[in-house]
Amino acid sequence: MIMDWALLTEWTIKSLVLIFGLIGGFAYLTLFERKVLARFQVRIGPNRAGPHGILQPIADAIKLIFKEELIPAKADKIIFIVAPIITVIPALIILAVVPFGPDIRLFGRTITLYISDLNVAVLYIMSVTSISVYGIVLAGWSSNNKYATLGGIRSTAQMISYELALGLGFVGPILLSGSLSLVGIVDAQKNVWFFLYQPVGAFIFWVANLAEVNRAPFDMPEAEQELTAGYHTEYSGMKFALFFMAEYIKMIAVSAIAVTLFFGGYRGPLVDQFPVLGPLYFLIKVVAFLYLMVWVRATLPRIRYDRLMAFGWKLLFPISLGNVLLTAVGIGLVGITGNNLWLWFIPVSTILFFLLVSHFAQGAVAGGNK
Amino acid sequence: MSEYLPIVVLLILSAFVAGAAIALGHLFGPHHPTERKSLPYESGMTPFGPGARRMPVRFYLIAVLFILFDIETVFFLPWAVVFRKLGLFGLIEMLIFVMVLVVGFLYAWEKGALEWE
Repeated sequence: MIMDWALLTEWTIKSLVLIFGLIGGFAYLTLFERKVLARFQVRIGPNRAGPHGILQPIADAIKLIFKEELIPAKADKIIFIVAPIITVIPALIILAVVPFGPDIRLFGRTITLYISDLNVAVLYIMSVTSISVYGIVLAGWSSNNKYATLGGIRSTAQMISYELALGLGFVGPILLSGSLSLVGIVDAQKNVWFFLYQPVGAFIFWVANLAEVNRAPFDMPEAEQELTAGYHTEYSGMKFALFFMAEYIKMIAVSAIAVTLFFGGYRGPLVDQFPVLGPLYFLIKVVAFLYLMVWVRATLPRIRYDRLMAFGWKLLFPISLGNVLLTAVGIGLVGITGNNLWLWFIPVSTILFFLLVSHFAQGAVAGGNK
Repeated sequence: MSEYLPIVVLLILSAFVAGAAIALGHLFGPHHPTERKSLPYESGMTPFGPGARRMPVRFYLIAVLFILFDIETVFFLPWAVVFRKLGLFGLIEMLIFVMVLVVGFLYAWEKGALEWE
């Protein structure tokens, strides 16, 4: 029984570190985004609360707590209150299966830097991300508001469409490592990051991720000009904050998953000698991806809804399917010839395939113009 | 199953945090609802008609197609794990499976299920 309590304490501490780490990360990601966006637009950004504005997230949080929360008279009250909770919980638990670093020894115990090493981690991630769709569509529907309903439905259609390319993006690293566990996938990238074998897969995974977390240029559900604020039009105060939190935590989560699948996770020089470096490398890589997200938002305009759907179905889906099959062919060639050099067949052939398909599908995606 | 227990702990704690956030806003925020405030927000116009209306059938089509192809995606995962053991047999088998689905995909495309007009 003593062992059980020790384990339970360890799980609780790790869970709390993850949750509060993510909430803190969310708070400072908003500041990071505003600062970086401001720099892109030759502004200074928030700089009033504290030196360089570092207290801005705290000021925002306090303001949101003391705001009046409105519930529309005709809204479905229970669902209206539960929807933000349903949205935020999956965002908080996605990262349970991601290893943040190698095992470390602390107080005479070996501590693993992941909450749980599931043997079906990839399936877990796919199913948990799908659950947050429910929160969004329920929020839109329960508000009894035209904009909110439309935003919720649009968001759902967009997320499930891009989930296909996202799911197929997972298959490349699984084929290369032969494991569904993220710990196994990271271990398989000891020598070569999978990004080098899967350039097209990583690219598609990243684009689908942007759509999955409703980021620019795929931020249709929140297209202010047409839908005021999409599914969270009627939300205010802390309920709105929870949606906001879910969105930003999901940004962190998908960056972490992309790093784990394609960029070696916590791996980097000297990690085996100094395990402490693992989380540091992981953090640096994740921040680089978050910066990329803000960069994309600052650069690209929002794309039209019909083109968004056409892009997902007619371009990303066929390319990711071809990417998976060509990866399988490459690994099959390695198996037949016994020569590992055949692995380089994968990037060469997938890039050629990508160029070919995007050349011919251009007309189909832009076909909305008559 | 023991590796799922830590996730249950995490799930309970995150549900608690989310509930606490809602409770905080409820405790500290003012509550002065008026009839005007409780109307649906439509950028200042007086709202008319029901809030939830009929949806274009396109969305249902997308949902049906999604179910079809998402099951295919999930089918890829176990295949990818054991692919090295299956060898050439696994590759040809999967090519046939994908071929059937690609035919379905092209059919849906040709029928205009992917158009948004």
